[in-house]
Amino acid sequence: MTDSSSNSPARPALPGLKRYLTGFVLALILTVIPFALVATGSLPRTETLLVVVAAAVVQILVHLRFFLHLGVSTTPRETLLAIAFASVLIFIMIGGSIWIMFDLHQRMFA
Amino acid sequence: MTVQDRVHSPEEGAAQGGAYEERTLGFWLYMLSDAVIFALLFATYLVMAGNIAGAPSPQSQFSLTHAFGETLLLLTSSLTFGLASLAQKANRPRLLQAFLLVTFLLGLGFVLMELVEFQGMIAAGAGPDQSGALSSFFVLVGTHGLHVSVGLLWILVMMSQVALKGLTAPVSSRLARLGLFWHFLDIIWVGIFSVVYLPGVLE
Repeated sequence: MTDSSSNSPARPALPGLKRYLTGFVLALILTVIPFALVATGSLPRTETLLVVVAAAVVQILVHLRFFLHLGVSTTPRETLLAIAFASVLIFIMIGGSIWIMFDLHQRMFA
Repeated sequence: MTVQDRVHSPEEGAAQGGAYEERTLGFWLYMLSDAVIFALLFATYLVMAGNIAGAPSPQSQFSLTHAFGETLLLLTSSLTFGLASLAQKANRPRLLQAFLLVTFLLGLGFVLMELVEFQGMIAAGAGPDQSGALSSFFVLVGTHGLHVSVGLLWILVMMSQVALKGLTAPVSSRLARLGLFWHFLDIIWVGIFSVVYLPGVLE
């Protein structure tokens, strides 16, 4: 399990293996924590939801870094710009929809 | 990317690394627009989740262990696809095929688990036609499942290409984009279990 490149075909280790395994273990931990919290109910509802959201955000970053190999210096600038733009769009669409619809709901039925 | 970098015939493109870089950017643009579609489906689900219209709520149908099983299958398949990419870079086609097959089986297991869940919900009177909440649930999770199914088909196509053509430059380039697609689907699933299943079970 080494990152150094090897020319001998008999060696079972693949270069770069460590990176994927690190990402997998981190993603597994970030999956087990929210599932365990919901299964055991050891935290109050609001705190559990906050942990679920936080674990999801961190896990998405882990996937982008370790599986999709995104890096500020290694990924082409156009790709990073497109990702940043899409992130802003997604934030506005999900955040905006929730804000408007729940505000409307409160004003009409509260 | 300047205009001079663009190549016009596919044969020319096969000889140049720059063309592949451009295709990678193009594929990222596709994935990001797909992510925007999913964002809208997420927003729709969040807004509709309470509109149950007298039908069973989708949340009452969720099983935490089932969702956890699906999550493990998809996450492990993301790892095995990563291992396939490493085998491809190390120029070991047999190992690559083995990892692609494992990825395919894990992905197939995921789709089958999802179908079992859908079938159970429809049998329990919680089908997509029963309420706004159920419609938005089935559309969001079903669209993801459809993407995974297309990914499974793509894995089969790439396995036969590796077998028939070998690890040529175009085949390797396609495998790299399939990898992006597969890892992207796992990211969407992280959103689904965190937004749909975990808060749903919590209620």
